[in-house]
Amino acid sequence: MSSSREERAARIRHLLDTEGSAVGENTRGFNRGRYDAVADLEAYESLKDRARAIKADAIADLPALVESVTEAVESNGGTVYLADDADDANRYIREVVADRDADRLVKSKSMTSEELEVNDALAADGVDVVETDLGEWVLQVADEAPSHIVAPAIHKSRADIARLFNERFDPDEPLETAAELTAFARERLGELIADADVGMTGANFITADSGTIVLVTSEGNARKSAVVPDTHVAVAGVEKIVPSVEDVSPFIELIGRSGTGQDITSYVSLLTPPVDSPVVDAGEPDVALADRDDDREFHLVLIDNGRFDLREDDELRETLYCIRCSACANSCANFQAVGGHAFGGETYTGGIATGWEAGVHGYDSAAEFNDLCTGCSRCVNQCPVGIDIPWINTVVRDRLNRAGDDGRFDALYAELTPDAEPGGLDLGKRLFGNYGTLARVGSATAPVSNWVASLPPTRALLERVAGVDRRRDLPTFERTTLRDWFAARGGCRVDEASATRSAALYADVYTNHVDVDRGRAAVRTLEALDVHVRLPSVPESGRAPFSQGMIATAKEAAEGVHDALRADLEAGRDVVVIEPSDLAMFRTEYGKLLPAADADALAAGSYELFEYVYGLAENGADLEVLTGGPEPVAYHAHCQQRTLGLEAYTTAVLDRLGYDVVESDVECCGMAGSFGYKREYYELSMDVGKHLGDRFAAADARDRTVVASGTSCGEQLDDLLDRGSRHPVELVAPDRRSER
Amino acid sequence: MSHASGSIVERFTSALADLDVPVTRTTPTDCAATIAGIVAEPVVGVELPFEGVTLPGVVDTDPSPSSLEAARTGVTPASFGIADYGSVALTATPDGSEPVSLFVDRHVAVLRRRDLLPDMPTAFERLGPALRAGDSVVLATGPSATADMGELVRGAHGPKEVHVVLVDDEGATDE
Repeated sequence: MSSSREERAARIRHLLDTEGSAVGENTRGFNRGRYDAVADLEAYESLKDRARAIKADAIADLPALVESVTEAVESNGGTVYLADDADDANRYIREVVADRDADRLVKSKSMTSEELEVNDALAADGVDVVETDLGEWVLQVADEAPSHIVAPAIHKSRADIARLFNERFDPDEPLETAAELTAFARERLGELIADADVGMTGANFITADSGTIVLVTSEGNARKSAVVPDTHVAVAGVEKIVPSVEDVSPFIELIGRSGTGQDITSYVSLLTPPVDSPVVDAGEPDVALADRDDDREFHLVLIDNGRFDLREDDELRETLYCIRCSACANSCANFQAVGGHAFGGETYTGGIATGWEAGVHGYDSAAEFNDLCTGCSRCVNQCPVGIDIPWINTVVRDRLNRAGDDGRFDALYAELTPDAEPGGLDLGKRLFGNYGTLARVGSATAPVSNWVASLPPTRALLERVAGVDRRRDLPTFERTTLRDWFAARGGCRVDEASATRSAALYADVYTNHVDVDRGRAAVRTLEALDVHVRLPSVPESGRAPFSQGMIATAKEAAEGVHDALRADLEAGRDVVVIEPSDLAMFRTEYGKLLPAADADALAAGSYELFEYVYGLAENGADLEVLTGGPEPVAYHAHCQQRTLGLEAYTTAVLDRLGYDVVESDVECCGMAGSFGYKREYYELSMDVGKHLGDRFAAADARDRTVVASGTSCGEQLDDLLDRGSRHPVELVAPDRRSER
Repeated sequence: MSHASGSIVERFTSALADLDVPVTRTTPTDCAATIAGIVAEPVVGVELPFEGVTLPGVVDTDPSPSSLEAARTGVTPASFGIADYGSVALTATPDGSEPVSLFVDRHVAVLRRRDLLPDMPTAFERLGPALRAGDSVVLATGPSATADMGELVRGAHGPKEVHVVLVDDEGATDE
């Protein structure tokens, strides 16, 4: 196990060094472009809702749509073939190509054709297959795989491409600028397209009513590939079919913006083949186009290859809604750092790739990169069809956990890891997934537990057996937990009968056992605002096991939390949560783990601490009782807090209290719960974190007090900066003397 | 979209200005002269299906693969335009509208003012019946482009430049 961790760490380190810089620059550019482009789109949310509804209906109705599109294409004069799998599709395509006696086939970019590996199948028959998308052509020349589903050569810089072309083609004048490289490729590919016999394209959408193939492109090579030769083969997954032409409209408004941040791409081809355009026949250069009498041939090859099974899978079905825009990849901090050569399987890359790989290539391929999704959820709001991509990743992780068969160390761990998971689960996952139990034991035996945990032999053992990187400081458990302290002081100082509000403060594992100070600050703050505070005994939220893909354990935790808070909710008390990742469990993930009524009640009744403080102020509470500025503050919100749209409450309260706030716009700190503790991901975590570190080391932030809402963000910031970080409530809470 | 305000022509013009695509307004009578002032020779084209609107004599309206290869400018009609995006709809025709708009360095699209539609849903309302009747259409927005060589380059496999000629036909107003 430890050697595979080492190999993985080495592989990631290599990609960080060789491809990380080009991938990072490009994906961050796309991501910024997306934010700008959707901000200008008034109907963005309603377009997303409509797009999702169209996909949901289309997948539900898929067998009928396959029939309709077949009828439409055939009545237009084309042919439809429904291929069971890649071999079946390739066999059909090879027959078409052989029937046309074709020497060369030109292709436009198609991830589905990558999935089929049709190039290899045709090359084996002696067919010259030419990729005409400039990025794909670069990769064909370099003999490399795509690293991004939209911009396949994103990992190569201009200088890399110039070096490649100059070595391979030895041009008279060495190529240098992007314009020169583009002109060279256009010229060369133009000649290859001119006497091609067959053109192959993918399809972004297919309309069942008209038999139209929709291609969303910018270069113009797809237009040429489809129109110059007399034979057009389009390959597409069955999930690309939508009922009608009109249904395509919202997708056209969303796809370019979501992907590369363009309002629309240069070309949206809506081809209803066989098309009316004349063949551009280099063999008959002087025959007028208008005088031709072409007999065009069109083949639509629809691909199943696991998709109909995916459609039957209640947890992974939404993968089929994916329009492959790449927003989930571009908004992902880990993807930005390593790109698709680490964050991808056999064909697909980025967040949703886990669903695709599990569906079309199997779980082994998904297992290669599934860990790289930290569940930060930054992709969720960016997906134009609203797929809960972290959930897809969690389900696949859970299934992978259950496929393990090595239970050697389970007896050793049984005491410390009382989960509901199968034997053979990765020990690191089991350790991190049972953090709550560890914390209880840790506090009960502190400071001995802290001392033992920090000893070099312990760290070496933890690293070797469970993969905990020894470069990380471990959390230090407090002997007196928050709940101990609260009980010792005799509970709340504000009487419930006369209080403005009554709240159950959720003492999460970290607040209760490690960062007791932020819990005490939260109690003081709420009491000062005339809130009666209860600190009920509530089990851990299940975030830790959930993030390890231990869904059964997380479900038990969710049930435990709901049971423990039921009385408070029924009594009309508000549930106030300090840790954003736990609040996100209550508000979002519990929807998947609890009966709907229970999940809804908890989601509606729970608040992030500063959201709650803001609400109290809006309802007349006087914030003057809290500790005000003008201290300059650098604030990093938690990723899941931002996905829930809650970070603005913290900045608003700090602002009202007179603090001067600079907020980071970095998507994720890189720690992501236990991710950054893992030996194989430590370097990646620090690479991601570097952007946050750099932000707060910049001239306008370096002298500011650092505050962060999330536990792991705070830990990462402590490792990144030479000044410590605190939770913002520790800044605004009244003086400690008010505790007594 | 930062073009939500203004008249439909202003929105269309402003969207295209972001892509460095000029829009030249003209009348049916002056259209041929306007086009003649925009093209770089040699010029290929397909006939304009608009009543009272003609192409200048410089345009070869019967192109072959070799004249297409030699041409610097291609002139085609646009079936409609989309104001919010600056898109022009190019309908595939047997006389070669698709290759004429694609193989040249400069594409000149001729659009009637009355065919300018406000937004994407309206465009797809028009596309629905046309595609169901067998048409093929390209929504073209600005020049062809690629970022695959390390930075944005205009003019990949398609035209480097696009120029829209907007013909103010009778009865159409800007509002």
